[in-house]
Formats: sequence, structure tokens, C-alpha cells
Amino acid sequence: MPANPFNGFTDFGVGIGLRVPHYQHILSEKPVVSWFEIISENYMIDGGRPLHVLDQILERYQVVQHGVSMYFGSPEPSNREHLKRLKALIKRTKTPWLTDHLCWGSVDGTYSHDLLPMPYTFEAARHTAQKIREVRDFLEIPVAVENVSSYAEFHVSEMTEWQFLTEVVELADCGILLDVNNIYVSSRNHSFDPLDYVNSVPTERVAQIHIAGHSKFEKYILDTHDHPVIDPVWKLYQRAIERAGRTATLLEWDDNIPSFEEFITRR
Amino acid sequence: MNLLEIQQRMLTAVMQPLTAHERMQPRSRDGKSMHEVAAEFIKPNDRLSSFERLEIYNRQYWFRVLASLDEDFPGLRAIIGQGRFEALCKAYLVDCPSQSFSLRNLGSGLETWLRSHPEHIQPRATLALDMVRLEWAEIEAFDGASEPVLLPGDALASDPDPHFRLQPYLQLISLRYPVDDLLVAIRKDTPDGGMASNAVSEHRKQTRVRKVARQKPQAVFLVVHRVDHSVYFKRIEQEAFKFLHALREGQSLSSAVVLAFQGRDIPETVLLSRVQNWFESWSSLGWFCQPSTANQEFISSSGNQS
Repeated sequence: MPANPFNGFTDFGVGIGLRVPHYQHILSEKPVVSWFEIISENYMIDGGRPLHVLDQILERYQVVQHGVSMYFGSPEPSNREHLKRLKALIKRTKTPWLTDHLCWGSVDGTYSHDLLPMPYTFEAARHTAQKIREVRDFLEIPVAVENVSSYAEFHVSEMTEWQFLTEVVELADCGILLDVNNIYVSSRNHSFDPLDYVNSVPTERVAQIHIAGHSKFEKYILDTHDHPVIDPVWKLYQRAIERAGRTATLLEWDDNIPSFEEFITRR
Repeated sequence: MNLLEIQQRMLTAVMQPLTAHERMQPRSRDGKSMHEVAAEFIKPNDRLSSFERLEIYNRQYWFRVLASLDEDFPGLRAIIGQGRFEALCKAYLVDCPSQSFSLRNLGSGLETWLRSHPEHIQPRATLALDMVRLEWAEIEAFDGASEPVLLPGDALASDPDPHFRLQPYLQLISLRYPVDDLLVAIRKDTPDGGMASNAVSEHRKQTRVRKVARQKPQAVFLVVHRVDHSVYFKRIEQEAFKFLHALREGQSLSSAVVLAFQGRDIPETVLLSRVQNWFESWSSLGWFCQPSTANQEFISSSGNQS
């Protein structure tokens, strides 16, 4: 089950997000890590230290690229400069698959730098799937889309989020990066059973899984990636693995980043 | 409401500035109730109204973009103070929202925007503009492209009047204030994310204010460059600056020398000695790169003509 067309027929285990505070430790101690996930945008640059470090990492480790600004659901065509830079980075990292979010974040070239939620309509699904196909064809690499955490729902929605996810990935014939923490966060914010979501995902398309921590507020939960993973999220992960089989998994941590050793023990 | 209409409405709402208490504005720019605007496309739930749900995204947007500028321009912040800096950033982002997929480019238009909005940096506009230029140059130098370094045996040596190419990451800036020293001092004063007591923070703030207040005009010619992937500032003489600038503009060696020393009555031996010293220093820092293929063809064809 884990090796499928959407993760380049690989069989990766548990990976770690490559973050600046860990650079020194990784380069000097060379810890045993199955693979690193990088945020593509951090390395879509012309030179300097980030690419120098990345090249050193690539000498020893497998890297998978994860993007935050492709905005498959945005109305305008994909930015060509973005795509060219991304393709150059793919050539450098030889990532077996590429992930980004099932969301939108820009209109007419103005960027929010946020992962904004989609209205779950058939029109949005068709539009998004078309853009995913175009990006995949340009990049010539398997693409998987990640379900995002959301804090708002739209009147116009015609289906549940998991039905929308399924509609998009089947129209686009692409993979899924299943973020079980995002499912949990959205389930609390929108009052649905997260197991219904996990049980409905077309598992044959799951290329990778994300797990993470979040922050709880009085009336909602925010996806902050700055806390340990809580038990209900681990249970969702367990269910996802039961259904999808052993799948490449990444523990996300983007703020209040612990030391590398602490991170490894929490993994 | 179709997909595009929803996205246009939501982005407009998300990018509208927050109130002084960091909440969503009660009214849109055209005077509509934001409660009504939000309710038109966002569902409420049993805990949050449509307005409150939209507000989460509105707040996230501003916290993110303001944090990005705060990180990129600590020098400007120190010069004009935290309160004015935040007001400036908000006004700048309203006029110049991000047009790039990368937050790295968020401040790319700040200098140009400030030139047409000097009220945000008065009465120290010149000092503030110098600082913005330096801080942007630092960003460009940090991740700019580098090319293979020119070595003594490379093709240029045989050309009687070669065209030297500078590393793309090199940034040349002429300043009217020594903001390079100021920025280094500000960074030394800034706690690196660790905990600091109020007393320590207040002392640091006062130190920064004194340093800014002490700044006197002084012409500085600066190269922002990299050594081992770290960014450094290197002051150079005015003639050296003109010389490098001419090389970057594509002038030949002899033309660059003429431009650098224009109007100066310097004996040729002294002049040649200075240029030689520059080359030795700059070559050791890897500032020159090997000629590109196109340039090499140009050089050989000019060589043939001469």
C-alpha cells in the first residue's frame, strides 16, 4: 500500500521537517533519519547559505518537497516564475513526489501568504483539479495535495470537505497528503466526526501523512505546529495507517521548535 | 456567488487593516457592515459568528506579514520607534500588498514607497532611507546567485582591456549615514529570542535610541558581500566604489579606471598601484566571477577588432 504512483513508488518511513535551528546538529552529527521534508519556497532562491546547506543534506539524505504557495484553488493561472523555480529545485533535490495544499491564497497576483479554505463546490473542484493537472504536467512529477485546517465554512458548499477532497483528487488523478491533525482541528471547528473523514479518504491515493500539534482557544482550535501531538490525533493517525498501510509520515513542528534530540524522542 | 466572487470578497476582507485592538474592522472600506459582508458568504456555527470566523483569517494575515517586515527591517524599526514602524508597515502593505509567492520579497518596494511617503520617516528621512536600502541589500546579498570565481589563469588575463564581472550577490550602496555601524550595534542590543527582564529591555531600548540620536551624516561607500555564506559589510573608498559600479555597468577595465578617477589629479603609478591593491583584495574575497560564454564571445570579438 505505501508505495504507489502518487509517492513515486517509494517506501519511506518517518521523516522530519528540515528547519534552520537543526541545521548545525544535522550537518555535524549526521543523525540517522529516513528522509527530510523541506518547504520548497525556502530554497527557491538563487544562492547563498540555504542552498549550500541543502546540497550538504542531499549528499546524505533523501528529501521530499512540500510547498505552501502553489494555491491550486486560486482563480488565476499558476505563476510561471514560481513553476520554473520549483522545477529547478526539483531537479536539484530529486524529490520523488511533491506536495502542496488544497486551498487558495491569492487573487489576481496579490498574495495572502495564508492557506485559505475552499468552498466545497463542484465548480471549485473542477477548477482546482485542472490546475493540479497543469502543474503536474509542467513539473513532470507526482503531486499530492494536503487537506488544510480551516476556521470558516461557506454557504455555497455542496459537499463535505472529505467529499470535496475525493472529488478533486479523482478529477486530477493526483495523490493525497493526509494531515490528520488538520482533520482533527477542522472537525472541532466545524463539529464533525474526524473518523468519518479518515474512513472516507480514498486510501489508494495517500502518498504521505502529516501529524502535528495545535493550539486550543476558547471557541476554536488553531493549527500552529508548536505543541506535541495529542492523543486523539495519534488515534486518527492509527486509523489512517490501518486503512492506508504503512505510509511515509512527517511530524510537523514550525514554531517553538525543540532541540533535534528532543524532536527525535517525540517522533 | 461563484468561486471568484467569494475569493475576491474574502481576500479584500482578510487584507483590510485591523483595528487598534487588533480586531477586524466593523465596517469595510466602502462603509458596509463587516458583519453583513461576512454573513453573505461565511456560515456561522454554534460558537462563532460569520464575522468572528472571518476575523481569524484577517488577524492571521496581519500578524504574519507584520512579523515578516519586523524581522527584515530591525534597523528601520530602531530609527523610527516601534509604534511608528508598525503604522508605516500597515500603510505600506495596504498600498503594496504582496505580489510574490515568497514572503522574502515583501519589503522589495519599501524604499520606493517611502520616498513618496516621507511623513512616515520624518524628521530622519535620509537616515531611515539609508537603513532601508542597507537592510534590503542584506536580503539580496544573503541569497543572491554566485558564480564560479575568476582565477588567475582564466581567459580575461590575455585580454588587453578585459570586462570583469562581479558576483551577482554583491550589493553596492552609497550611504549618507554610517548605518552599517548602526545596524551592527542594533543587532548587538537585540535579544536573540531569549527572555529578558523589563529593566533589561528598557535599557536596551534607551541604548538604541541614544545610538540613533548620535548619528551624524558621513558618506559611506559600502559593499554588502558574503564570506562562507555569511553576509558582511565592507567599506571602500569612493574611487573604488565608482570603479566597481562601472564594472557592474559593463564597462571595460580601462573605462572603469577613467570613470573612477575622473577629475582627480593622481600620478599614473599611484593610480595603478591602488587599482592593483583593490584587485588583490577583492579577488581574495571572490568578488569577480568567470566570464559567461556570451561575454567571452564579446571579449574575443572585441579583442580581434583591436
